[in-house]
Amino acid sequence: MKTILVPVKMVLDANVRPRVRADETGVDLTGMRLSINPFCEIAVEEAVRLKEAGHAEDIVVVSIGPAKAQDTLRQALAMGADRALHIQTDDSPEPLAIAKLLRAVVEQEKPDLVILGKQAVDDDCNQTGQMLASLLDWPQATFASAVSVDGDRLRVTREIDAGLQILSLPLPAVVTTDLRLNEPRHCALPNIMKARKKPLTITSPSDYGVDTTRRLTILSVRPPAGRKAGIRVSSAAELVGDLRQAGVL
Amino acid sequence: MTILLLADHDQHTLSDATARALTAASATGGTVHLLVAGHNIGAVAEAAAKLSGVSTVLVADDPALAHGLAEPVAATILEHAGDYDTIVAPATATGKDVFPRIAARLDVMQISDVTRIVAPDTFERPIYAGNAVETVKTSDKIRILTIRTSAFNPAEAGDTPAEIKTVAVPQASWRARFEEEIVTKSDRPDLSSAKIVISGGRALGSADRFRDTLGPLAERLNAAIGASRAAVDAGYAPNDLQVGQTGKVVAPDLYIALGISGAIQHLAGMKDSKIIVAINKDEDAPIFQIADYGLVGDLFQIVPEFEKALG
Repeated sequence: MKTILVPVKMVLDANVRPRVRADETGVDLTGMRLSINPFCEIAVEEAVRLKEAGHAEDIVVVSIGPAKAQDTLRQALAMGADRALHIQTDDSPEPLAIAKLLRAVVEQEKPDLVILGKQAVDDDCNQTGQMLASLLDWPQATFASAVSVDGDRLRVTREIDAGLQILSLPLPAVVTTDLRLNEPRHCALPNIMKARKKPLTITSPSDYGVDTTRRLTILSVRPPAGRKAGIRVSSAAELVGDLRQAGVL
Repeated sequence: MTILLLADHDQHTLSDATARALTAASATGGTVHLLVAGHNIGAVAEAAAKLSGVSTVLVADDPALAHGLAEPVAATILEHAGDYDTIVAPATATGKDVFPRIAARLDVMQISDVTRIVAPDTFERPIYAGNAVETVKTSDKIRILTIRTSAFNPAEAGDTPAEIKTVAVPQASWRARFEEEIVTKSDRPDLSSAKIVISGGRALGSADRFRDTLGPLAERLNAAIGASRAAVDAGYAPNDLQVGQTGKVVAPDLYIALGISGAIQHLAGMKDSKIIVAINKDEDAPIFQIADYGLVGDLFQIVPEFEKALG
């Protein structure tokens, strides 16, 4: 492999509890901690490990989002990516538009592998990787928990409902990451400093001729139906009695 | 309106997820055709034909479909997509893998994990791990949906079986090659459809203790076994038992959480259960905030007492 492309997304930090806006237009991100989507961080880590093992020469990270998304790109560069591309937009393009923008980036960069998170923990869509593979007419392996290079092919272990499935893919291919693929490294300060000097190119969606108009209108965003704490019981016997009374035992 | 529903199965048995997704598909209003794509799937097709609300079962039988891989399954659906204005799958591993491929090819923005059909073009779905619910209306001509099956009851068996028709499977040299499947064998009910689920967390401490503590109780209650992400990451349980935002989403009648603190990620996978029981030695564990019955104490002591109290 020569080049690996890793698309990354900036999201509300996974440890912050989302607050729905009172006017029901969405989740309030004002002043909240924003971070790299956990699945994307795993994708960057995997690409860096492939490069460190001598399987790739060049890692390009790309993010589509507001100016602040550059923090996410700088983090990926500090982890070991070589170059970054920021397609800057204040809109929130849907996965279909993101996949079209990524297709244009793939046509420019000609990577052998695109590795990306299986879903973003904000919209939880789980679509972008599969859509990109489809638009490019490439094979895909989603929900990867292990990736290894096997000659000129990739061997990917996938987490499926019944257990694990192992696929062998020719390159180029799209792989989406699951949680157990790896544990991303922490960035040491010297690497963070070095990342500031790595190349970061800024473009806009219109440079690629992609229409990012939303297909879905969000009518409302509401908090979920609440669930109240019930009662505390003091013994297993009392619990069994209560559950029998509730008719579930 | 005609709706195409992709059946979920393991080549031998039709999953409960299909019957639940059928309820959602029927709610969008129209005739439902159920597509069974696989290899040697006669038994699955017959089971599918018995579901109430299915007008026709389409059987796509080909060796290339034997493992449900994304490329051939997506191509098979695309071959027939022109006849439908709504295309639906349960949001299982296969549905999630395949459907965005179809959506992109049809230039449609997919709606993932639908939990409520508001109107034929308007749907509710959870975002932020279920911490918010968005209602979206699509402007696409074709609607492509995956269904959060725990939000819908399974469709019942009907009186007259649906017609079974064989359909064409496009031929090509598919690039992803199936190598191997490592399937966890279990005599326990399926996690996604069991009436009672008993889940263990990191507090179980080891794979042996996880098995020895949850196993007998699950046996006794005919329950499925689940696990928190922490327990799976620690190697106490296999990945297919993970309940949560990125694992399985379950909504049984009774969910018993043993030694699970209740991370947002885990709650997203079980908070729609009818009755939740939490047993944890940390009385401040967040799981108690959503549990109907909470018991503070050492689970290794409480579980045997619980079994004894069952008589």
